[in-house]
Amino acid sequence: MKLGLVIDLDTCVGCHACAVACKEWNNSSSVSGPLSDYQPYGKAPSGVWFNRIRHYEIGEYPTNKTLNMPMSCMHCEDAECVTVCPTGASYKRPEDGIVLIDQDKCMGCNLCSWACPYGARELDQDSGTMKKCTLCVDRIYDLELPVEERQPACVLACPTHARMFGDLDDPDSEVSKTVRERNGFGLMPELGYKPVNQYLPIREVKPVPAHTAAPLLIEGVKQFTNRIINR
Amino acid sequence: MKPSLSVIFFTVSSGAGFGLMALLALADVLQWGGGLSDGAIVGVGLIALVLVTAGLLSSMLHLANPKNAWRSFSRFKSSWLSREGVFAVAFYPFALGYLLLAYLGVAGAPRAIAGVGTIALAWITLYCTGMIYASLKPIPQWHTPLVPIAYFVLGHYSGALLLFAVLVYGGQGAPVYLYSVLTWLALAAAVKAIYYAWMRRPGVGATINTATGISRARVRLLDVGHSHGTFLTNEFGFILARKHAVLGKVLVFVVGFVVPLGALLLAPQIVVTALFAAVAATVGLIVERWFFFAEARHVVRLYHGL
Repeated sequence: MKLGLVIDLDTCVGCHACAVACKEWNNSSSVSGPLSDYQPYGKAPSGVWFNRIRHYEIGEYPTNKTLNMPMSCMHCEDAECVTVCPTGASYKRPEDGIVLIDQDKCMGCNLCSWACPYGARELDQDSGTMKKCTLCVDRIYDLELPVEERQPACVLACPTHARMFGDLDDPDSEVSKTVRERNGFGLMPELGYKPVNQYLPIREVKPVPAHTAAPLLIEGVKQFTNRIINR
Repeated sequence: MKPSLSVIFFTVSSGAGFGLMALLALADVLQWGGGLSDGAIVGVGLIALVLVTAGLLSSMLHLANPKNAWRSFSRFKSSWLSREGVFAVAFYPFALGYLLLAYLGVAGAPRAIAGVGTIALAWITLYCTGMIYASLKPIPQWHTPLVPIAYFVLGHYSGALLLFAVLVYGGQGAPVYLYSVLTWLALAAAVKAIYYAWMRRPGVGATINTATGISRARVRLLDVGHSHGTFLTNEFGFILARKHAVLGKVLVFVVGFVVPLGALLLAPQIVVTALFAAVAATVGLIVERWFFFAEARHVVRLYHGL
């Protein structure tokens, strides 16, 4: 199994609900919570997040477009963060491919965050350990939850259904089919990390005609008169 | 990358210590310039051990959770950091055994074996230190064989200078030790010159287009999504002005290579100039290490529009 996320860049509106839901769930999670905040009500609020959304402009006016890009751990097949970890705290589960950090073993050397090109790992200053997306491993296998809720918190929170969760190893899974149909891609393939999470590209749309300058008043009067006469 | 003072001190101090110890044992095993007195070997060896130990302790300051540091020996098979730790610890019994034999005045095969083991472990540890950085694909400026070569050569350069300075102080500064310093100086300057020339264009790498997967249009950051700094911007967002980068390289070459060379050529057999050369080179190497971090650009910066 290769459990991971598929994120639709065409429907993501950049509302940060996934990040907030993630923070809420994982803050009280026993896997790697709490996610410390520094000066939450102070002058420079900051803290640990597993999911961050950045906003870009692509193309040139008038055919430009906003790209909202949520990013969390890609649960890479070749996870260098695990390779470089000297303590064995970082590991990739063989059964489902989830990359996790054993909080009891981490010594906070930061090397795994240097090895991650996606910025998925953040050091918690309060606990002195590295933390990252767990793919809500404490939700997705919880038999106490109804089947439809056994998904990561970010997926459940997304108001536009831009996030999908599933097994990307199974070619017949919904996520794999969607990735095939929509030409999904992984980020920075040239580094060879083989990220499991996939992104669906923005759909091609016809460019909206450019806004033209308002006609002169006299032109407006002429057009109005012509329209009256024609009637 | 944000330059971390504890890591800078660690790599400079331990590098010099390993280089000094390796050259000391090499000089003894190969009997350079008629060999060294046992007293000189013990004295210089202890200086080397102090440098190595101070560096390793300083590297602990870099850890956010040092109580788990003992676990770092456990991933020898995959992690260069783990390998460095294992080899650095394995270095001690050989180095201490070698110094003990020298102290007791034992010559012959046991001392040679301990000496060769000390040299080998010092070299392997230096190589591992370099590979910690060279193995990181997201940092193009580090992901090159030039990095472990530079760590190896710079460690030996500062070690050779220290060895020469101490031997001059003890009246044993044979010309061969000066030639050793000059050879390592030439090698170190050459490696750094090649590295700086290469770094101007470190090959085709990730761009904001491959980072976002948008290959057919210009991509520009609109909003980074957070109002203040994050772990990522703090760790990787360090920005070095271009003019400072040039100034840094000039400083490295002037203070690290030209000044020591001038001092050594003017009056090599005077304690003050030999010591001055060693101190200048060390300052130069600290500056070199600072810029080694400051000029490294992690690809996660691309997502932040940097």
